[in-house]
Amino acid sequence: MVDKYSVFSVMREALRGHTGWRPAWRDASPVGVYDVIIVGGGGHGLATAYYLAKNHQRMRIAVLEKGWLGNGSIGRNTTIIRSNYLLPGNAPFYEFSMKLWEGLEQDINYNAMVSQRGVLNIIHSDAQRDAYARRGNSMRLNGIDAELLDLAALRAKVPYLDYENARFPIQGALLQRRGGTVRHDAVAWGYARAADHLGVDIIQNCEVTGIKTENGKAVGVETTRGYIAGKKIGLACAGNSSRVAAMAGIRLPIESHALQAFVSESIKPLIDNVITFGAGHFYISQSDKGGLVFGGDIDGYNSYASRGNLPTIEDVCEGGMALMPMLGRARLVRHWGGIMDMTMDGSPIIDKSPVENLYLNAGWCYGGFKATPASGWCFAHLIARDEPHEVASAYRLDRFAKGYVIDEKGVGATPNLH
Amino acid sequence: MRLSHGGIIDRSKPINFTFDGRSLQGYAGDTLASALLANDIKLVGRSFKYHRPRGILSAGSEEPNALVELRMGARREPNTRATMVELYEGLVAHSQNRFPSLQHDLLSINGKLSPFFAAGFYYKTFMWPASFWEKLYEPLIRKAAGLGRNAALPDPDTYESGHLFCDVLVIGAGAVGVKAAHEAAIGGARVILCDEQPPSDAVDMQNVKYLPRTTVFGVYDGGTYGAVERVADHLVVPAPHQPRQRYWRIVAKRSVLATGAIERPMVFTNNDLPGVMLAGAVETYITRYAVAPGARAVLFINHDGAASALAAMAASVMAVAAVVDARPASSAVIRDMAAAFSVPVFSGAVIRRAVGKLAVEGVEICTRDGGVVRFGCDVVAMSGGWNPVLHLTSHLDDKPVWDDAIAAFVPDGLPPGMTAVGAAAGEEINQNITPLWSVPDADAKAFVDFQNDVTAADIRLAKQEGFIAVEHLKRYTTLGMATDQGKTANVNGLALMAMATGKTVPETGTTRFRPPYTPVALGALAGPHRGKLFKPTRLTPTHEWAKSLGAVFVETGLWLRAQYFPKPGEDWLAATNREVLAVRQRVGICDVTTLGKIDIQGPDAAKFLECIYTNSWTNLAVGRARYGLMLREDGFVMDDGTTARIGEQHYVMTTTTANAGKVFQHLEFCHQWLWPELDVRFISITDQWAQIALAGPHARDVLRKIVDEAYDVSNAVFGYMAAGDVTICGGTSARLFRLSFSGELAYEIAVPARFGGALAAALMAAGAEFGITPYGTEALGVMRVEKGHPAGNELNGQTSAHDLGFGKLLSKKKDFIGRALAARPALMDSARPNLVGLKPVNESDRLRGGAHLLAHDAEPVAANDQGHVTSAVYSPTLGHSIGLAILKHGASRHGEIIRVYDPIRNSDFLAEVVSPVFYDVQGSRLHA
Amino acid sequence: MRIHCPHCGERGLQEFLYHGDATVTRPRDGGAEPTPEWTDYVYFRENPNGVHRELWYHNVGCHAWLVVTRNLRNHQIMAVESAYDVALGRSS
Repeated sequence: MVDKYSVFSVMREALRGHTGWRPAWRDASPVGVYDVIIVGGGGHGLATAYYLAKNHQRMRIAVLEKGWLGNGSIGRNTTIIRSNYLLPGNAPFYEFSMKLWEGLEQDINYNAMVSQRGVLNIIHSDAQRDAYARRGNSMRLNGIDAELLDLAALRAKVPYLDYENARFPIQGALLQRRGGTVRHDAVAWGYARAADHLGVDIIQNCEVTGIKTENGKAVGVETTRGYIAGKKIGLACAGNSSRVAAMAGIRLPIESHALQAFVSESIKPLIDNVITFGAGHFYISQSDKGGLVFGGDIDGYNSYASRGNLPTIEDVCEGGMALMPMLGRARLVRHWGGIMDMTMDGSPIIDKSPVENLYLNAGWCYGGFKATPASGWCFAHLIARDEPHEVASAYRLDRFAKGYVIDEKGVGATPNLH
Repeated sequence: MRLSHGGIIDRSKPINFTFDGRSLQGYAGDTLASALLANDIKLVGRSFKYHRPRGILSAGSEEPNALVELRMGARREPNTRATMVELYEGLVAHSQNRFPSLQHDLLSINGKLSPFFAAGFYYKTFMWPASFWEKLYEPLIRKAAGLGRNAALPDPDTYESGHLFCDVLVIGAGAVGVKAAHEAAIGGARVILCDEQPPSDAVDMQNVKYLPRTTVFGVYDGGTYGAVERVADHLVVPAPHQPRQRYWRIVAKRSVLATGAIERPMVFTNNDLPGVMLAGAVETYITRYAVAPGARAVLFINHDGAASALAAMAASVMAVAAVVDARPASSAVIRDMAAAFSVPVFSGAVIRRAVGKLAVEGVEICTRDGGVVRFGCDVVAMSGGWNPVLHLTSHLDDKPVWDDAIAAFVPDGLPPGMTAVGAAAGEEINQNITPLWSVPDADAKAFVDFQNDVTAADIRLAKQEGFIAVEHLKRYTTLGMATDQGKTANVNGLALMAMATGKTVPETGTTRFRPPYTPVALGALAGPHRGKLFKPTRLTPTHEWAKSLGAVFVETGLWLRAQYFPKPGEDWLAATNREVLAVRQRVGICDVTTLGKIDIQGPDAAKFLECIYTNSWTNLAVGRARYGLMLREDGFVMDDGTTARIGEQHYVMTTTTANAGKVFQHLEFCHQWLWPELDVRFISITDQWAQIALAGPHARDVLRKIVDEAYDVSNAVFGYMAAGDVTICGGTSARLFRLSFSGELAYEIAVPARFGGALAAALMAAGAEFGITPYGTEALGVMRVEKGHPAGNELNGQTSAHDLGFGKLLSKKKDFIGRALAARPALMDSARPNLVGLKPVNESDRLRGGAHLLAHDAEPVAANDQGHVTSAVYSPTLGHSIGLAILKHGASRHGEIIRVYDPIRNSDFLAEVVSPVFYDVQGSRLHA
Repeated sequence: MRIHCPHCGERGLQEFLYHGDATVTRPRDGGAEPTPEWTDYVYFRENPNGVHRELWYHNVGCHAWLVVTRNLRNHQIMAVESAYDVALGRSS
């Protein structure tokens, strides 16, 4: 049986027909009372369980997943990591996440292909340049790498953009070299395997159907596999956050929206960085396998159907052609949708809920993937110590009542515009 | 080899083409695949991971192997399925994913090392040292991965898009589809018939819109279907003004799915060698294209359906060495057909392996009694049954259901309005089938997903490691994730997982298909929207006038506005400085049409404005204008502008250029949804009225010359913030507003949009004696910063009224949008950054928007961040750089020296905090 | 998705803009204080996985606000009403 992954274990197994590999995680069933139940076997839930087991006192931990683990946003996103945030509530958190990404694979002994290829935000106007300068300076103040490229520097780096005939001329770009991509599924699998090795029960096909409270305290969950008692319950349900929180009578400042993602046929290396169009809704990177992975804006209406419609598909492809007219003959091979838990200010919530012993990790909008390690770390911290982690202290639920919103885009309480 | 007769090819029209530089000939009607086979070329490509030699598996859009780079240069199309390329004169195709050549591919070493490259190997290694991933491992992996090469040049072809509407959309023009279309049409329905193949003579219907070469690639909500018509892909280049492809949004009340079925390969060792083909494809090449894919075939089957392939082969010049029927007892259909052509049948037997290097040379048959029989052959025609093409049925999340009788998934729930017919519904396929998902001992060379090199062994490994859920299997092994999206692989893979876990296929899962059905060019989905046509361009009414004066234009949202009017030898700064000084000292004009203009009328118009704006409106007299501030309901600033009362019940509102549409939508919302009882109506008149600002000490002098004499524009009668209807230039209706963005004595004159250019010219003529100067958005921006007016950079959606110094505009006497939440603690916090002016201590330092502000002696860390520069300009009036900023406690810090920190542009200097109003603080100039 | 505008007939999704939940009501004479009632109105949503009443705007059309009743699970539209009429009914 093989526990440790390495080039040596791969070679040894190659020579004996791969008979020694164990399941990456046990197929656990619920047993007894848990110290912590995490509802949601996606990236954030699995990372939370892993860091709870690794960073805090010995606990019995279960992760409950209604389907197969990693079937939500962790397995449907466009794999981008970055910490190029503007506002004080966000920048330290996402930079903490970036640092965790940088050591993740060695920590969990799983190659998630963290690839710091650089993230470019293209600039098309003077006002946009100033806005990106503001953001870049804010990043620098937070100890995050940021560079402002002028037109010549950008052209040298990515010569294939439409510099000659663009409707919105290209002026330069904000670059974060440490940003990049990660193989999304591998993050879920890697955390699951690492958490499993630390004794976490990962229970798939176990849908939570009710949250049991006694005297205002959460004490357990009803599931499709029976009642499971837990001393503390953490919700990490992404697009289904509202639905699950409602089981405890909680209403959230969240709408669920569909975000589409797209992948092209596999082609030889063409696009080296993550590139974001500044005059439309389009961003793109190329996977190690060769597919161009791209996306744009959310479809814009509440949805729980993991698919989108043609206007957004057209909008995304128009953005792609406007920025990179070489893409005309590249072919879209698959598009799909995921359900985003869009908050009213575009920033997440990691906080205690109004129900005692019930904790919230929700509202990741379409930024949840890059946050996975820090979200898990900070949520684990909150659950274990009953106080927020320093870098996640702005992600409070009461910020809406008090006005301390964290609105990077400045569009207000309109989830579909964040 | 080409057959002497038969097929749909036109032997009178030979066509020349090249493959890997070799000149070859086919006929009109050929596909690239049939023409290659006619030229006895079997090795066409290399696989994704192991670079194994691959040939032509199918004759349709499901092809996983025969992918080529079609065309050259900017038109190069990687991963093009040879089976779907209509042959045209001058066609150029190259094999891909091989180095240095197709025959001798160095990376075929991967195949030898395949034990190391089993499913998921990369998740387990390449972790140490961490820094080697981006530097060493990943570049190697990326270089080896990928299939063909995309062009790195702009696509030279064009694309179109459009809508089609019909009662019935028939998808697939096979016999069943044609019949359905015909029946619907004679019933009076509007019918569209789409088919991915070239035009067929078999389809001849007057009352049906027939779209050949058109793939319906996806089903969307509300009876909407996406389709791509390949208008010119069968030509060497599109004809002049012809698009390469056309993207259709088809809206159909009903649809008929007549997409047929796709054949399943058999899973045995070396089943990927060139020459191992789907039986139906072999039949198609013989009957449709008059090509024998080889000389001697072995047929490997498990159902009756391949009898016709057997007949086609045996009746052609091909020899059929044997029929290997995996069923315990072959059926009469097969036995009789074999007997008719004297072909031996091995029942209860399987092909254990194929042998050959770059093409199949023979097979080893494991007979019912365990013996091994070998046959030499250059074609293995295989059929493991057929899968209905039900992809479109699952695009709206409906799941197909497993039909044990035919061992295939068939449609169950369907998108609203869709019916499935024929083979797509599972009719008349897989008669007497005994499923054979893989032959015994299928090993690491028995391929399930050909393109991605997923083998039977990989699926067993996935099971062993716990990747059992269909999606885990898919993602861990990459099964079904190649360009063919597993059309020939998914069901076999699912069934193999079912075998490995001891479950049934339906217990294991269902296949779920995502659009598009076949890959779609991004260019088609973008349609014509690229380059300058990416978004519409809005031109101001004075555009041609400004152009004639040599203006440089700037994109402002969708608008193009004159940015500055350079004289010979002037750069943007020199021109801007000259324009600013001209306005400050004499007079200038600027087109301000782009500001949103909304005409508001009704008895409750004033009441309505009270709801919208934070400040008071009921006391505004007719003929007067007022500055207004709008909040969003969350209490942050939404927009600002002036609104003039030009009649008892008639107002004209202006908004910022950027928010014109948003504000109009907001007004409609507030009226229709929040205050429907108010009797008020409004309409956008931004495009109906041209509006020109006339500003400078001589503004009135110029104005007097164009406003008709009946109107008194003296300061006493038409003072600051006056507004009203006038006539100009001898009777032309106009609206006159005494507003000033520049801080000078200024007016805005609005005329019907068609007179915009004429008004500009008239003002220039009238102002000539005063040295009138046209100015653009740059000078406009400089003057507004000099006057400390907040604009887009300050109204960024994150600022409150207090931040911008507008706290006094929040009425305490009435309800308005945003009132309650503007009173939240965070928005009232005195520490919030608020608007100040900045002046560099050293006047040669240049302020830039986006620089951050720190206490002058503070360390540059986030905790010390106190605000940022929102707008900065060079003020020719003052002779140095000035800026607006929002700064913590800013209002009480005038006179303080602070640090302007802009590390991203290598700038770091000191500036003095000053009032945001740099020029004419008393406002005497604008009242002059 | 296609929406049947009561004024213009059935039109494609690209003509419309989405606003959000139509079941929350602006506090009438709710006062100047940022009460929980106001926070609930502006920020908190039921966000059901099922039937949802929501506001759409016929942006490239008649500029009517519409109350659309739609199933969020499958995007099927059950009813479209003029928001103005609904609002008038509500306030009378």
